[in-house]
Amino acid sequence: MNIHEFQAKGIFARHGMAIPTEQVARTPEEARRIAEKLGTRVVVKAQVHVGGRGKAGGVKLASTPDEAFEVAGRILGMDIKGLTVRQVLVAEAVEIDHEAYVGIILDRQTRRAVFMVSAAGGVDIEEVARDTPEKIHKLAVDPLLGLLPYQARSLAYKLYSDPAQVKQAAGMLARLYDAFIESDASLAEINPLVTTPEGKLWALDGKMNIDDNALFRHEEIEAMRDPESEEPTEAEARDADLSFVKLDGDIGCIVNGAGLAMATMDMVKFYGGMPANFLDIGGSSNPDKVVTAMNIITSDDRVKAVLFNIFGGITRCDDVANGIVTALDRIAAGPGGSLTLPIVIRLTGTNEAEGRKILESVGLVAVDTMAEAVQKAVALGKGAK
Amino acid sequence: MSILVDANTRVVVQGITGRDGSFHTRQMTAYGTNVVAGVTPGKGGQDLDGIPVFDTLEEAAGATGANTSIIYVRPAFAADAIHEAIDAEMDLVICITEGIPTLDMARVYAVLQDSGVRLLGPNCPGAITPGVTKVGIMPGHIHRPGHVGVVSRSGTLTYEIVHQLTSAGIGQSTCLGIGGDPIIGTGFIDTLEAFEADPDTHAVVMIGEIGGSDEERAAEFVQQHMKKPVVGFIAGRTAPPGKRMGHAGAIISGGTGGAEEKVSALNEAGIPVADRSADVVDLIRSALA
Repeated sequence: MNIHEFQAKGIFARHGMAIPTEQVARTPEEARRIAEKLGTRVVVKAQVHVGGRGKAGGVKLASTPDEAFEVAGRILGMDIKGLTVRQVLVAEAVEIDHEAYVGIILDRQTRRAVFMVSAAGGVDIEEVARDTPEKIHKLAVDPLLGLLPYQARSLAYKLYSDPAQVKQAAGMLARLYDAFIESDASLAEINPLVTTPEGKLWALDGKMNIDDNALFRHEEIEAMRDPESEEPTEAEARDADLSFVKLDGDIGCIVNGAGLAMATMDMVKFYGGMPANFLDIGGSSNPDKVVTAMNIITSDDRVKAVLFNIFGGITRCDDVANGIVTALDRIAAGPGGSLTLPIVIRLTGTNEAEGRKILESVGLVAVDTMAEAVQKAVALGKGAK
Repeated sequence: MSILVDANTRVVVQGITGRDGSFHTRQMTAYGTNVVAGVTPGKGGQDLDGIPVFDTLEEAAGATGANTSIIYVRPAFAADAIHEAIDAEMDLVICITEGIPTLDMARVYAVLQDSGVRLLGPNCPGAITPGVTKVGIMPGHIHRPGHVGVVSRSGTLTYEIVHQLTSAGIGQSTCLGIGGDPIIGTGFIDTLEAFEADPDTHAVVMIGEIGGSDEERAAEFVQQHMKKPVVGFIAGRTAPPGKRMGHAGAIISGGTGGAEEKVSALNEAGIPVADRSADVVDLIRSALA
């Protein structure tokens, strides 16, 4: 799960890192009041889950509260890479002498939390990583030992030569590691980590991604979820415990199992169609899940055909067939009436014969193979009868 | 012959009295798997269809000589169950549980390195040697004994491909899922190494998906160290970047983990890759010819 800059910096501050005084505003008037209270020059920053906000015009300085009102008015409602800005962070502006980058990612290759630090921080860090990777220093942390003090120091020496700044940076890195571990993060970064003319280090901007698998033990982070930043259908699917990702095509896919769901999407494209979604209903044949899945998929006007691909292993085909029939009944009884979209069902495996009988009883026909089902769905999606 | 699981596999089920644990214990027993014990803290002394239940794995292993553990424990407690199995010195630990926090697995992985214990999973369907033993949740009846090894990051997609192999009369030596999480125990390379050494395996199907770069490294291994033919399939050619496709590990991030890079890495290593999952059968047929 992504969290916003202000939420990440809130976590940083709770771990003792220095961040600017700041507050979130949802209206220009709120931005003005925050700027008045701060009594300093402020920076107004769009809070959206995407990088490159500054280059997109989503970060602006304001010298007076009136100016804060004015720039907040311009940034709120702005579209940045497809996301609408609904809140801005109003933060005291800090004098900057130098910008460094520090980050931690969970690295799949080493299976460890890996620090990445660079004295060349700021908005161009991605170019630095691409063009001059030698300027990025890495360190993998042993999960059983944690970040050792000497490791924090040696990273800090890569960033600063002034002993007082090295000491501050080492402390900052240790706190960032703690924040990363205690929040079950998959990414935590400070960019830029700025040095003021007085030689003080501040986490001026921050970013964290949290491991979805660990949210069950972090209610405080789950509460940070921003429903406005999500595709509404993805949120509905998550609430129903379905794994769903919206795509741009016109063939709605309902599949059991993540790998099979991806292979089904790929096959739709192979036969000249485009999948409308990724959807894994899991091992469940619960009709409620099938109903939710059908509702989500058919609510997209672009969808021209619905394709079920069920491999009954532990999931029994007769259970899934019952789920489909119940779902269709409930949709027919709903406000929109009966489903008019063509449905193609591929059902094979455990209790296949029973499943087919149930479908036939309501006039639905199951096909044998995945390839046959996909070709049929693509053809129907293009208007074939 | 086979890899990882065979007639000498003596299974202890961690979480045997839970809904999934009890259901799959019965499925495994029905397949002929030698399930010798179960563990559920607080339920020691009970039994499941005559299989004795113990409070701790140490007790269960001591009393029954179990050498392989399979874990059906909820995500919050599953990493602890793996640690318990490592400390009880199982030969093989198979963790079915999906949804274990990744940092929990980072600690498990670090402990595993010095232990001599082999971990399969987590978030995997387990392993089956058709006709001999099934230590997992896959439907047994779609498999048939034979000489093709199957290794995959996914569950139902593996069933799909195994089902096609079996329908075409092509049997399997051992089929196993290594798991869909970002941090797993046994990987593609460990499995390929074992298949290469197994005289009963004549060819291997490797089923990968988007996310990480394990397939690329496995391709390098195949090129340098394997004589047996390997054919591949990669799921997720239509997956957009930055979105988790069900499995926690199935995500294209920071410009790596895309399907096209994996397909070309496999092709460059001389591994033919099926465009559709349905074409794996043809590739294996040519490989065995």
